[in-house]
Amino acid sequence: MIEPAARPALAAKARLRYDRASGGYLLLYPERGLALNATATSILKLCNGELTVDGIVEQLQREYTGRTTPELQQEVVGFLEEMARRGLLRMSGAAG
Amino acid sequence: MTAAPRPYTLVAELTYACPLHCLYCSNPADFARRHDALDAEAWRRVLREAEQIGVVQVNLTGGEPLLRPDLEALIEEARALDLYTNLITSGIPLERERLERFRRLGLDNVQVSIQDARPQESDRIAGSEAFERKLRVARWVKELGFPLTVNTVLHRENLDRIGEVIALAEELKADRLELANAQYLGWALLNRAALLPTAAQLERARPVAAAARARLEGRMEVVFVLPDYYAEFPPPCMDGWGRQFMVVSPDGLLLPCLLAHTLPGLSFGNVRERSVGELWAGSPGMEAFRGEAWMPEPCRSCARRSVDYGGCRCQAFHLTGNAGATDPACSLSPEHDKVLSARAEAAGARQGMVSFRYREARPGAS
Repeated sequence: MIEPAARPALAAKARLRYDRASGGYLLLYPERGLALNATATSILKLCNGELTVDGIVEQLQREYTGRTTPELQQEVVGFLEEMARRGLLRMSGAAG
Repeated sequence: MTAAPRPYTLVAELTYACPLHCLYCSNPADFARRHDALDAEAWRRVLREAEQIGVVQVNLTGGEPLLRPDLEALIEEARALDLYTNLITSGIPLERERLERFRRLGLDNVQVSIQDARPQESDRIAGSEAFERKLRVARWVKELGFPLTVNTVLHRENLDRIGEVIALAEELKADRLELANAQYLGWALLNRAALLPTAAQLERARPVAAAARARLEGRMEVVFVLPDYYAEFPPPCMDGWGRQFMVVSPDGLLLPCLLAHTLPGLSFGNVRERSVGELWAGSPGMEAFRGEAWMPEPCRSCARRSVDYGGCRCQAFHLTGNAGATDPACSLSPEHDKVLSARAEAAGARQGMVSFRYREARPGAS
């Protein structure tokens, strides 16, 4: 479970890379890579270890005006949990 | 001829030289006849040309890549190209200062091979006193802030200690653990009688790996790879011939896998003579088993042909004499009996009673 006050950052093994061929971003890690859609890219770019999950949702809200905050919250948390399961995120403590 | 797919990963085999003598080495059995032909400038060009046609990851491997004094220059070039750069090493010979330099130059990940969780057994497989030095290197990797992959090749002698290997990887704080059963090609095929585990061993090991994978989820990625000989269907070898992976061998051949140049009758071009893009798209060897047109039955009409791409061409050649046959590891192959008899042999063999050959360069040997 990811707490709203957690501050996610990319794990040491994961790196975002712009992909000329597709015009999108890839998340690269040992022996693997994920092609990210626009929303996933926006979320991961905000995973800087400083913003909280709530902070990330707040930032995204400016970009994705068509969605309600609870919708966006649910989408962000679901995506971050999936990334964390794959070991691609680390969480700084809520107080940090 | 259809348009070539986009390659994602370059496996750069910088040299076949290695201080270790592992009896399942993935280098060709005739490695000693092949010579390092690419200098740093040539390798830098290979990296640039590979990136131009879509490659985003590079594995710097060998042999032992640390034996190349120009490894720094290649890491630097890979970083400049924004490639995800993985060093695949035995950890020998390496000083902490050099590893620090790799860090500054932008190396992304370090994979250290550990042959067994126990020092004596590990050194016996490596044919060298290497275990303690490897652990030291693995600790430096983490201390310097790199992600660490631990790779352990599994076989009949260490498979029952898979739990100890997992514990060691945890102690080293590995980010990824590859529990990769040997595949029986090259040196491992020469030593198959000594290495192939029994079905019972695999049945014991599998749940141990699965439990570790679940328990360590999010902390350490645990990958368990079966030997093809015990799979019902073959895995997609290299994700398909010439589909996503390209290998450049120390002698400069652009290949679809580590051993394709040991298949007779295939001609792969050399990166000294032509560009990576040209060779990827159109060398006769790369074209030979790309797509589905080459497939015989039962592959040709099989629903799994787009999942496993017919399996491993090298395995097909070594077991049937025909690189274009269905992989005999597949339970649907008409020559699956070749694999079944190897399993039966493993079941009947007595532990520790089989002789084996260390990887070595023998004068006059091919």
